[in-house]
Amino acid sequence: MSILDKHGILEKNVTLLALFAFLVVTIGGLVQIVPLFYLENTIEDVEGMRPYTPLELAGRDIYIREGCYVCHSQMIRPMRDEVERYGHYSLAAESQYDHPFQWGSKRTGPDLARVGGRYSDEWHVDHLTNPQSVVPESVMPKYGFLSAKLIDGAHMEDLLATHRMVGVPYTDEMVENASADFRVQANPEADYDGLLERYGEKVSVRNFDREPGISEMDALVAYLQMLGTLVDFSTFTPDASR
Amino acid sequence: MSDKKDTKRDDLDYETTGHSWDGIEEYNKPLPRWWLMVFYATIIWGVGYTIAYPAWPGVRSATAGLLGWSTRGAVAEEISAQEAKLAPINEQLASVELTSIASDPELNGYAQNAGAAVFRTWCAQCHGSGAAGAKGYPNLLDDDWLWGGSIEDIHTTITHGIRNEDDPDARYSEMPAFGRDGLLEREQIAAVSNYVMTLSGEEPQDASLVEEGATVFADNCAACHGEDGTGDRMQGAPNLTDAIWLYGGDYATIHETVTNARFGVMPNWNARLSEAEIRAVATYVHGLGGGEASE
Repeated sequence: MSILDKHGILEKNVTLLALFAFLVVTIGGLVQIVPLFYLENTIEDVEGMRPYTPLELAGRDIYIREGCYVCHSQMIRPMRDEVERYGHYSLAAESQYDHPFQWGSKRTGPDLARVGGRYSDEWHVDHLTNPQSVVPESVMPKYGFLSAKLIDGAHMEDLLATHRMVGVPYTDEMVENASADFRVQANPEADYDGLLERYGEKVSVRNFDREPGISEMDALVAYLQMLGTLVDFSTFTPDASR
Repeated sequence: MSDKKDTKRDDLDYETTGHSWDGIEEYNKPLPRWWLMVFYATIIWGVGYTIAYPAWPGVRSATAGLLGWSTRGAVAEEISAQEAKLAPINEQLASVELTSIASDPELNGYAQNAGAAVFRTWCAQCHGSGAAGAKGYPNLLDDDWLWGGSIEDIHTTITHGIRNEDDPDARYSEMPAFGRDGLLEREQIAAVSNYVMTLSGEEPQDASLVEEGATVFADNCAACHGEDGTGDRMQGAPNLTDAIWLYGGDYATIHETVTNARFGVMPNWNARLSEAEIRAVATYVHGLGGGEASE
């Protein structure tokens, strides 16, 4: 009689049964998940990606706080209809500095993975303040209170340091200058050379809501206006095997 | 366990699994043969599937599958097949004279329909799904145009956009913030706001200020909006004599506009849409009702 005939031992001992069931599930999980961490064709290095600037990161926190991901995905699937409506399908690398990622799972509103640059700043402010004023059929709630809440970016160093802890490659210089970078991105009259030097040319510096001071509206619009704009798809050739 | 039950089991000649739980035994009833065969067939099919399609993780990469199928390859193929199907008419649309599109029934029909689809995807969020616009976003159904309503003008506006930072050829003009930047006194702004109301035949809020407002207008506004207030399309300066208002024609809104100015931005669509798509949507917008003949 082989070992297979000894299943009575497992079936009569609930602790042992639980232990072995856990082992089996663990093996299944390891086989499916672990290869994704090392296989070359699941890890794609894409040119143009950079960590979020402090202002964008603050906007991203507001995006998460307000639960935008509940109704908006940030994941354009590789299908013709999605590509025609939203633009090039999302690449895994485009979420590489997202902790946590904002792929979402439900679209009550449209996908936002490439909303950056699609509308004017003014539209975003009008739309967030009163969505129905520009899209009468919209069911989105109003977020006008964001304009009233000024933020000073006092804890930006800590926020960047935290993101660095989970793997975002913020340099010491970026962390040290986080608060200053936060302020100059919404002020085109300030000296923002350092910001561009640290984060590259693809950083928009402007007063996003055209109102004095940096409000949560500024931060959120700065974040929305950079979504999906980092990778230049005119020079990107997708590797078909991925 | 009763004898009767045992007898019945023996009569039917069933095998048991040999398990005995507190004296209760278990019949060993084989699955139907056809079911078993299907089950084995799915196992064989499953093995074949993982050979044909990407599946097994290796040391450096996963197996690509004998068929060479990939999600990205599939979508690229579908898109290029669709593009190839439309290539002849898109090439024609992108290369003919803009003004000749309307006179070619086949091309015009295609451009109107393709343009409507482009409009609903990319333009409707600001200009409305019915193109009637919203406060600050022009209505495209009427015959009042800020930058021109001929097919060429509309085509240029869509291609390069208005007051954006991304396209150096974008249409650009900037109204001064007369109040915020201290170019006019509060009294002057009140006066000119009243005067502007009379331009379109509205009752001014304070008729006694109209005369002074006319002077302020002539000194500060006429350069762009024209001496008679009919606007200047070269600078996107709106006609102030008609009843169509982009932000509103009541006293408070005009006062706000003169004080803080407006700065409506439209993205340049040449970064996202092909020339054929831009021409299609220009044809669609031109055909909505307010399109003007080319000079």
